[in-house]
Amino acid sequence: MTDTTLITPRAKPHLEWLYSLLNILRYLARTPTSAFGLVVLAILILAAVFCPLLAPHDPYVQDLQNTLAPPSNAHFFGTDELGRDIYSRLLYGSRITLTIIFLVTIVVGPIGLSVGAVAGYFGGRVDMVMMRITDIFLSFPSLILSLAFVAALGPSLNNAIIAISLSAWPPIARLARAETMTIRKADYIAAARLQGASPARIIWRSVVPMCLPSVLIRLTLNMATVILTAAGLGFLGLGAQPPMPEWGAMIATGRRYMIDSWWLVTFPGLAILSVSLAFNLLGDGLRDALDPKQMNRR
Amino acid sequence: MTIDHRRRIGHVAEQAGSIFITLFGLLILTFVIGRIMPNDPVRAIVGEDATREVYENVYRQLGFDRPMWEQFLMYLRDVVHFDFGTAIRTGQPVLNDILRVLPATIELATFAIIVGAGLGIPLGVAAAVKKDKWQDQLIRVFSLMGHSMPIFWTGMIGLLIFYASLGWVGGSGRMSQFYIGLVPERTNFLLIDSALAGEWEVFRSALNHIVLPASLLGYSSAAYITRMTRSFMLDQINQEYVTTARVKGLSTRETIWRHAFVNIRVQLVTIVALAYGALLEGAVLIETVFAWPGFGQYLTSNLLIGDMNAVMTCVLIVGVIFIALNLISDLLYRLFDPRTR
Repeated sequence: MTDTTLITPRAKPHLEWLYSLLNILRYLARTPTSAFGLVVLAILILAAVFCPLLAPHDPYVQDLQNTLAPPSNAHFFGTDELGRDIYSRLLYGSRITLTIIFLVTIVVGPIGLSVGAVAGYFGGRVDMVMMRITDIFLSFPSLILSLAFVAALGPSLNNAIIAISLSAWPPIARLARAETMTIRKADYIAAARLQGASPARIIWRSVVPMCLPSVLIRLTLNMATVILTAAGLGFLGLGAQPPMPEWGAMIATGRRYMIDSWWLVTFPGLAILSVSLAFNLLGDGLRDALDPKQMNRR
Repeated sequence: MTIDHRRRIGHVAEQAGSIFITLFGLLILTFVIGRIMPNDPVRAIVGEDATREVYENVYRQLGFDRPMWEQFLMYLRDVVHFDFGTAIRTGQPVLNDILRVLPATIELATFAIIVGAGLGIPLGVAAAVKKDKWQDQLIRVFSLMGHSMPIFWTGMIGLLIFYASLGWVGGSGRMSQFYIGLVPERTNFLLIDSALAGEWEVFRSALNHIVLPASLLGYSSAAYITRMTRSFMLDQINQEYVTTARVKGLSTRETIWRHAFVNIRVQLVTIVALAYGALLEGAVLIETVFAWPGFGQYLTSNLLIGDMNAVMTCVLIVGVIFIALNLISDLLYRLFDPRTR
């Protein structure tokens, strides 16, 4: 078994990976727009981790004496129709947003990776069938497909996450397939095969690690869409259910009081906007950072 | 028959085959989501407090007691006959319902794509010309902003500002309440119908109502168009003929619009066609906010009462529209690009 380590450059790419990640981060921090994206994401993570400390009120406790209060020193972003503090609810809502991001990533990544790697590695009929299936899923806008899945599964946050994942894997599979096609003829794969490694082993040990970086980057690029879809499902009442402080659902309930109490819809919307803008700007920066044409010019 | 002809026919046959397979896949997908997933279509029809006999009767009538493959064949047979069943809420055939509401959405989406392309293409060209300068950065943030906004929220804020506070535009719906039913429905495109009937009051009201949702929808699609225009344009600007044109003494403006832009027109048509399809997604959400009686509202209202049959037909139709748009953009590309002939 020691022989394989000589041929498969597995140990080295791991280090290179970390190195290039640091390089990319440095590049991103230098570009003002992507730096903004990084800052917003940092705030989101901090808010999610420390919200019990940061939130001045309990996000679920109602105060019927003090409903629809405009922003003040006691309630930075005002209170909603049940007297709950909107600022605290937004802070706790960041946990839901992060949960969605995390769960979608760990569901979509493996599905997309395995479909793409298997299709790309075997080629031929397997490839044709799997890519055909991928194309069918790609022929719907992601929100419509998620709507269909949630309609069948029933409205809840978990089902929304499943639905979003089911509609988000095809682009990842496409990418993993393309990556696999470029490396499947490589010498170290041929060597592993000659040593009698099974296809499953080759895919798992040699192909998947090579696809991982670009898949992770692509997942970041798609995160803005995921967040907007989740918020859209929440808004339609198909995602997180009340009284959960999900931002899209908060906008949906605030809609009825919108004309007189603008703060009910404005602040949750700004939260969604800034997080999805952050991901979009980061993605834009990442694309530039990884585009070899761009790198040389700088 | 020349070899060239034969090759072209071969290509068409191949494409027709691939479209056929994709359509078949769409049908399998909508069938699987509609029947196998854990919701109860019978319950949606008979209601919560139906007796056991009624339930069983409907269950058998819908063919749920048959094996799955037989049910799928029945579904296929219905689809081939354009029979998509009856919507629970309206009691009308689903297809009739959809054909009735679709023009409202197409009107909205068409208006929106004009805004999106009108905004995105010039911005993309400007960003390419001013690459890496502050204008480029500003355009990038501006267009990504449109792409990052939750469209249902932008719609509400837009209503709050431009309708409730400033009163510049009309509120919800396609026109003012008291004009409804005044114009004979010929095409169901309100702007066209009212113009045909010479009802300019109604036309103005309709225009007032469509401007805000369509502009917001267009703004949200502008990001994609801007980004693609910018990168197409950058490919052209770096080529030698642009330098030659500049050396010959043409102004920047002339070089860009008379030479470089002409070369990216074909690619832009493709992009705009694809962006048009993506608008359908935003339409679902913005129609809810603006009470726009279109396809999106039809879809969501059926979703909320659990009429899977109607929902899946909507999903199927969106899929077909997407395939058609892909095909159209492919055909346009072939039509306009002499190299593909």
